[in-house]
Amino acid sequence: MLKYTLSRLLTFIPTFIGVTLISFSFIRALPGDPIVVMAGERGLSDERYAELATQYGFDQPIYMQFWDYLTGVLQGDLGTSFVTKRPVWDEFFTLFPATLELSICAMIFAIALGLPAGIIAAVNRGKFLDRALMSTALVGYSMPIFWWALLLIIVFSGNLGWTPVSGRIDLLYYFPNATGFMLIDSVASGQSGAFTSAVRHLLLPTIVLGTIPLAVIARQTRSAMLEVLGEDYIRTARAKGMSPGRINGVHALRNAMIPVITVIGLSVGTLLAGAILTETIFSWPGIGKWMVDSIFRRDYPVVQGGLLLIAVMVMIVNLTVDMLYGVINPKIRKR
Amino acid sequence: MTLLRIRNLTVEFATASGAFRAVDSVDQDIGNGEILAIVGESGSGKSVSMLAVMGLLPWTAKITADEVSFDGQDLLNMDPRARRRIIGKDLAMIFQEPMSSLNPCFTVGWQIKEALRFHLKMDRKARHARAVELFEQVGIPDPEKRLSAFPHQLSGGMNQRVMIAMAIACKPKLLIADEPTTALDVTIQAQILDLLASLRDETGMGLVLITHDMGVVAETAERVSVQYAGQKVEEQPVADLFNTPHHPYTAALLDALPERATARLLPTIPGVVPGQFDRPAGCLFSPRCKFADAKCKATPPPPLGTDLGHARCFYPLNTADRIAS
Ligand SMILES: Nc1ncnc2c1ncn2[C@@H]1O[C@H](COP(=O)(O)OP(=O)(O)O)[C@@H](O)[C@H]1O
Ligand SMILES: [Mg+2]
Repeated sequence: MLKYTLSRLLTFIPTFIGVTLISFSFIRALPGDPIVVMAGERGLSDERYAELATQYGFDQPIYMQFWDYLTGVLQGDLGTSFVTKRPVWDEFFTLFPATLELSICAMIFAIALGLPAGIIAAVNRGKFLDRALMSTALVGYSMPIFWWALLLIIVFSGNLGWTPVSGRIDLLYYFPNATGFMLIDSVASGQSGAFTSAVRHLLLPTIVLGTIPLAVIARQTRSAMLEVLGEDYIRTARAKGMSPGRINGVHALRNAMIPVITVIGLSVGTLLAGAILTETIFSWPGIGKWMVDSIFRRDYPVVQGGLLLIAVMVMIVNLTVDMLYGVINPKIRKR
Repeated sequence: MTLLRIRNLTVEFATASGAFRAVDSVDQDIGNGEILAIVGESGSGKSVSMLAVMGLLPWTAKITADEVSFDGQDLLNMDPRARRRIIGKDLAMIFQEPMSSLNPCFTVGWQIKEALRFHLKMDRKARHARAVELFEQVGIPDPEKRLSAFPHQLSGGMNQRVMIAMAIACKPKLLIADEPTTALDVTIQAQILDLLASLRDETGMGLVLITHDMGVVAETAERVSVQYAGQKVEEQPVADLFNTPHHPYTAALLDALPERATARLLPTIPGVVPGQFDRPAGCLFSPRCKFADAKCKATPPPPLGTDLGHARCFYPLNTADRIAS
């Protein structure tokens, strides 16, 4: 297991360098000069421009700039935002809990509904319930996030007035963010109504962000369950006189979890991409919104560093998923 | 006393191209402590008939019978919950592929103890003690250690022993073994058969041994039921069946035994078991039978009396007026 983990960690190195290179070139491939953007409408003199260019290293050849960036990254220095002058690292960790909270809630939502939906569909294969669930999943999967979010906002915030449209909590409440997780901080603050407000703010973004993973998980669970239910060991479990509930929920599900966990792991990447849109729509102060804002401001260090950190997160999640395979089905560990 | 009594059991599968009759009016009686072998080529409906008894067929199967009773209880019209209290406890089954018949995600110990927990309501300690005892009984060395092994860590023979231990965990009255040795090496095959026979002697359970191998039958069985294309074509005590087979199909199976072969090449039965689309109108064996005439091909023969092994044949072999070919 340890050897396996180490070998997996080694494969991180080329991926890491690749991601560094891509994030570095991506923002530079966009038209627009960060110094000009920073100067805004006032403009700036040629001397001042040259001075700033030297300060940020833009006078260097591009490969030297990359080298400086790479060596910085390897020493744990992601640079400083052009705009806020704060280290990228600090900004990331201030904003990341908001994204993490939203993503975790969306994932819990997707798993909590997707897994049972997939199991129910598989057990009722070909019947009405199966068809209904799977067509709903297909609709959910093909729904554009933007459109879906607006629809929910119109119905629940507009017509019904149940949920707020933006932010993480009512302006009424103020407390220091100890953990950065609004659900925890609001309880810790002891202010009555704060937690409810946080939950109501989370509701729509969670549903919007969780819908596609929910559909993917439901469909994958169904097909994995169908495959597993045809296996010999399921017949053995039935020959032992086990109840359908136990057979589906224990004997089959454990085996079906392998492909399901794979899609859950892969969904994390999709989730972070979805977070960018969702956060923008709901003005959610997380790294998604931060990345979008920084791209518009041509804030090179933030875009580079942010992308890199997001990529590392995804890699860690995938590694964890790989490790889980062996825990769920020891046969896989042997390979 | 009859433990399992089957009358006129028929199983039809709904397929895309219509109904397919995999088991056709089969009668069967298995007594307490008896070893019955069901023999026939693959596709004869041996597995399907016993899976029907166990209630393990998929929903595409339509089961009809005049009677399927086990230990005096009607299995056919029993509600599923009550049936599950019998299946796996008093009536157990093991399968051909020990490797794929065990769940790869759980230790073999867990899989054995599960039956003990649900049927016998044993506590954790009692379950463990019983599991160790069962492993010793089926000849698995070092039981304490093996209990925590996963199926992929054990050999095929070991896994089949695990399957047997699991099946006999609740001291069943009847064990159905569906080709338990087919997937195993020859040397292991004999060991597993010996184990099954000795377990029968120790526990007094009945044993149904499904096989396509007449050699296995000779070694283990007491009574033999020969099945062909879903029908039972003959049934006799083992010695009588080997000495005086009445159905030409039985005779052909015996001729194919290596120790009976006279020529250097083993005689085989030409042709294959009829499937869904080539079922003959008359006797199902007639297209492959060297004695078949026009009557055989036109009319299905009804089973004969007990003295002729219930053979479904118009011209039974080894009778007073007809001496074997
Ligand atoms: N689930 C099923 N659906 C359709 N046909 C089946 C199914 N299971 C078995 N059969 C058919 O029933 C016939 C008898 O099968 P089986 O009982 O497994 O034969 P065997 O005597 O080798 O055990 C075969 O022709 C097989 O193709
Ligand atoms: Mg079979």
